[in-house]
Amino acid sequence: MMDLSSFLDLIDSTIRLSTPLLFAALAGLYSERSGIFDISLEGKMLIAAFASASAAAVWGSVMLGLCFGILAAVAFSLIHGLASITYRGNQIVSGVAINFIAAGLTIILGQSWFGQGGRTPSLFGGGRFTAVELPFADAVRDVPVIGPIYSGVLSGQTPLVYVAFLMVPLTWWVLFRTRFGLRLRAVGENPAAVDTAGISVTWLRYRAVIICGVLTGFAGAYLSTGQAAGFTRDMTAGKGYIALAALIFANWKPVPVMFACLLFGFLDAVSIRIEGVDLPLIGQVSVQFVSALPYILTVVLLAGFVGKATPPKAGGVPYVKER
Amino acid sequence: MAEPAIELIGIDKRFGAVHANRSIDLTVERGTIHGIVGENGAGKSTLMSIIYGFYQADAGEIRVAGRKVEIADPNAAIAAGIGMVHQHFMLVHNLTVVENVMLGAERSPLLSSGIAKVRGELRRLEEDHGLEVDPDAVIEDLPVGLQQRVEILKSLYRGAEILILDEPTGVLTPSEADHLFEVLKQLRAEGKTIILITHKLREIMAITDTVSVMRRGEMVATTKTAETSVAELAELMVGRRVLLTVDKGAATPGDPLLTVKHLTVKDSRGVTMVDDVSFSVRAGEIVGIAGVAGNGQSELLETLSGIRKAKAGLIVLNGREIDPAREADPAEIRRIGCAHVPEDRHSMGLVLPFEENENAILGYQSDPRFQKGPLLDPGAMRRDALEKIEAYDIRPADCRLKTASFSGGNQQKIVLAREMERDPDVLLIGQPTRGVDVGAIEFIHKRIVAMRDAGKAILLVSVELDEIRALSDRILVMFAGKLVGERGPEASEGELGLLMAGIDEKEAAE
Repeated sequence: MMDLSSFLDLIDSTIRLSTPLLFAALAGLYSERSGIFDISLEGKMLIAAFASASAAAVWGSVMLGLCFGILAAVAFSLIHGLASITYRGNQIVSGVAINFIAAGLTIILGQSWFGQGGRTPSLFGGGRFTAVELPFADAVRDVPVIGPIYSGVLSGQTPLVYVAFLMVPLTWWVLFRTRFGLRLRAVGENPAAVDTAGISVTWLRYRAVIICGVLTGFAGAYLSTGQAAGFTRDMTAGKGYIALAALIFANWKPVPVMFACLLFGFLDAVSIRIEGVDLPLIGQVSVQFVSALPYILTVVLLAGFVGKATPPKAGGVPYVKER
Repeated sequence: MAEPAIELIGIDKRFGAVHANRSIDLTVERGTIHGIVGENGAGKSTLMSIIYGFYQADAGEIRVAGRKVEIADPNAAIAAGIGMVHQHFMLVHNLTVVENVMLGAERSPLLSSGIAKVRGELRRLEEDHGLEVDPDAVIEDLPVGLQQRVEILKSLYRGAEILILDEPTGVLTPSEADHLFEVLKQLRAEGKTIILITHKLREIMAITDTVSVMRRGEMVATTKTAETSVAELAELMVGRRVLLTVDKGAATPGDPLLTVKHLTVKDSRGVTMVDDVSFSVRAGEIVGIAGVAGNGQSELLETLSGIRKAKAGLIVLNGREIDPAREADPAEIRRIGCAHVPEDRHSMGLVLPFEENENAILGYQSDPRFQKGPLLDPGAMRRDALEKIEAYDIRPADCRLKTASFSGGNQQKIVLAREMERDPDVLLIGQPTRGVDVGAIEFIHKRIVAMRDAGKAILLVSVELDEIRALSDRILVMFAGKLVGERGPEASEGELGLLMAGIDEKEAAE
């Protein structure tokens, strides 16, 4: 029923659709491992997508676009950090506020700068990330099975796709092999232990939040300058929340995060293809059902049917020195 | 004479209106174990937090080995050779022993070299001090005694010469506590200085060389331990004479009011926490259940009070059979005449953000006395609360104050007043004096004995062996969910301690 090429096509789009989820979920991982819950991944991706598409449209440089995307997302991260670390506010409230601000701001600024109803001008040439051909992609194209996989799926992705997947082992290494990672894991579980060990809880958490901003910046830039050719209003369309679901699903661990993102990306890829297709026995499956699957899976997980999600213990709780 | 290890001169600290430390002077000699005692809120913890750099003193200076030091944060304290073992361990529960020991002292941005260093050092400390612990064990899998050992190792790894221990034995079994004391004596023999904060006066007598007493933010006395007595220390702490032994006559037990037969309780994981337990409590007696925390006492209390469902067995309360298979119902248990003082007043006994008068009727809120039509009657609630405040000497005497603003002892009195003033036939009481200071303990114990003398059946669960022995007419020892023995109140601490550690009666007799 499905031949190799359409299967590879499905895998190819799974990878592309997983990439923004992966950036965002890893961003959330740094923040939440430090004890700062972050539901504003969505808003930060959105503002970053807008900022990078705008900068790329104005200056025609995708790298400049990426820089502005990161700057915008880090700025929003710092607002979240200020509210939840320095002022010990409610992290959920702060996150929701950031999501609302990002949704409104991108439309207002987009309209006043470009006058295209919240869109940025279409990007072309140096304003977009282009595909990277891996070495020998052409040479091995005709080798059976391996050839199409290598040259069709692994090769020919935009650079940010490779960055996203390289972030997984890097994050693992940072988390489990570096001093910063040890302290990060500790501060999300028991900030008092970190404090009494003579380490600043505040500075540690700010660094985590800034890393979160950088990665959501990548996620947003990928959406508007890698996957699409410009910003459209609400283009994140809930990806920040799916990333959060992936993070929970993966129990805040880097490698499982990658698999969760691939799973959710796969469901997304399937939902695009499944529309109007008659499946044997089931008949037509509604697209909405497939799109809802990541959330349903997460709810099922949280209800304790599939394993158990154990969030960082001190997550969401501002650190106050006890007397 | 050698330089003192640490000297405090004129340490003063205020938190808003509270004067926590008033011009404290303290000299701790090198190579000694120095005890600091005082009631809750006497300022011991604040003082230690100042030494460890958690707070800065408003005035005064700290000298370590004769040199003045500024301790602005825990880093400075560690650099000055001061280590602290906190009452609530400062460990990260899902990290390994090695990771916890090296946290904050990693030596390089990458972990690998530090890990090797910590392993070597742990091995050396193990050989030198007998502080044995598996370096790769995850903290949450370790028993409390070993977790505490990790805390001590953390300090030693950082090169601590002065070790402060805050209430170190509260969570330990008697034998674990003995082992800790051996370790402390050995550290002293090597020239380390140990500051021991505790409210257990017998520990002070057993292990310290010198003892200082704090009361209401002041250092009221420092003496050689050998030259003082428990009674004198207690008097210094409270500021008046304290009755340390509970004054009670012989029990005159009547008919059983609470009978438990073959009770088995499982927890949410399906682990058997109470295993085929049978006993009864008669009118006019206090039955104490001794045991190390976590051996099923909590689950037993929760089942008897209707919070938890039993797996099997029978409970007869005041002549009424309670079907263990049915969904539990605390309200029904209360109606039958059984009151319950939960072990943990914060999570079960009280709603801390509520006003005192609201907590004073919690669980009895549907009593017609507090009703006015479909609504609560705040006037009646407050009148009732004020009566209890007076009868139990709850301070401050303000029934509109948030419960969180009361001290631990007074919070406990709020719970006790609520449950005891209902005049129940059966009283289940868990950890009646946990975190309560000496003066209030005396009061609470008197009340419990008065209930007994009024012919009530009282089941007392406490991890404080002294309390169990002082109050109980019969002592049941619980270990791993089973009742492993019954003793009279005259049983020695050693005998009970062995039973609590699960060593069976025959072995104990040998």
